[in-house]
Amino acid sequence: MLSADGKRKDWTVDGPHFAGWEIYHVKGSPADPETIYASQSSGWFGQVVQRSSDGGRTWNAVGNQFPYDGIPGTHQWYDGKPHPWEFKRVWHLEPSLDDPETVYAGVEDAALFRSADGGKTWSELSGLRNHDTGPRWQPGAGGMCLHTIVLDPSDPKRIFVAISAAGAFRSDDAGSTWKPVTRGLTSNFLPDPTAEVGHCVHRIAMHRSRPDTLFMQKHWDVMRTDDAGESWREVSGNLPTDFGFVIDVHAHEPETVYVVPIKSDSEHFPPEGKLRVFRSRTGGNEWEALTSGLPQENCYVNVLRDAMAVDSLDSCGIYFGTTGGQVYGSADAGNTWAPIVRDLPAVLSVEVQTLA
Amino acid sequence: MIRVVLPAHLRNLAQVEDEITLAIAGPVTQRSVLDALEASYPTLRGTIRDYRTQQRRPFIRFFGCSEDLSHESPDKPLPEKVADGSEPFLVVGAIAGG
Repeated sequence: MLSADGKRKDWTVDGPHFAGWEIYHVKGSPADPETIYASQSSGWFGQVVQRSSDGGRTWNAVGNQFPYDGIPGTHQWYDGKPHPWEFKRVWHLEPSLDDPETVYAGVEDAALFRSADGGKTWSELSGLRNHDTGPRWQPGAGGMCLHTIVLDPSDPKRIFVAISAAGAFRSDDAGSTWKPVTRGLTSNFLPDPTAEVGHCVHRIAMHRSRPDTLFMQKHWDVMRTDDAGESWREVSGNLPTDFGFVIDVHAHEPETVYVVPIKSDSEHFPPEGKLRVFRSRTGGNEWEALTSGLPQENCYVNVLRDAMAVDSLDSCGIYFGTTGGQVYGSADAGNTWAPIVRDLPAVLSVEVQTLA
Repeated sequence: MIRVVLPAHLRNLAQVEDEITLAIAGPVTQRSVLDALEASYPTLRGTIRDYRTQQRRPFIRFFGCSEDLSHESPDKPLPEKVADGSEPFLVVGAIAGG
């Protein structure tokens, strides 16, 4: 836990809270800043979900049973053969926008779960996994994970999710039924590059004030939609490479977007060994490199898909973590950066919570 | 009373510092010990045995009286010294990962 006052200059590092476990994701409730959920995972001991009711000072394990609804059936394995759906871990926790007791969980093998009792019990929203295309979904290199959950602040029944490597889906009925929202995406590794499913979507971000506009970092390509995913267009523009994992939107400027370009799908480090955040103030296409305070030589880390976050203070803070264990912060919307910590294990996720 | 020793990660999760003692009614087997353990410490559910199959997780091993009991039937009586509490039942995280 890294904490600072509103100036965001002097940071306190507290912990480790769950030593020896991988923390896939931590996220606080927008409805109650003191309520925070954490996904704790281990190859030895499986999945644990932790909850804090005091802003992260103390934690309690809550429910860790994620039963697939009904007989799960199969999806495709890497070799194209049917493979049974098996729960492995929770990649992403997304607390409800208005109820701190309600939280969604995106899991591997890809499925969406919901708890309405603060994480004690979990029920699958199985309309997603039971979509007609489900038996054709295949895992990406990191597993078949549901890693992105975006809730629409203007419509409590609308949810977006993204799955590697099934693509992006939208529900307009609170998760009962789903449709792929992938028109406009092109993935050259697919037999049909414009197929409805099979795209390796890495991350989707939304600004609260424009819920029909989404920005996507796909395996390759930075994409944008202005009609809630009905059609996407590429906005990679002048980026040095359009491969990457993270994407996020400025808290107060809905056309200001951030990405961290990574050299390629087989070389997961910044081009030229220079760690650069790229910012567009035009909703894509025109990007500027932000380098002040970031290493500009010999840097070969990756920035994973949930490892960037923005705060909501007047001068928007941007944060990201690396696989080399650094967490960098900027209190001026990305103009200047400084490391908050340098020597953590690989950072899987970064989230910000503003406490009173 | 049955004595159970957990690996450090699970002691932290269960919020215990030392070995655990459990009262078991009836035969002392892997299943009855783990059932009693999970009843007393619900946060351990799913971390030693898979929720769905109730099988030992792959990187967990069970030992007692210097014997590896991991592949024994979960309903086979545990060694007498474990059952009478003079030796602990050990839950061990396997050495794995390089």
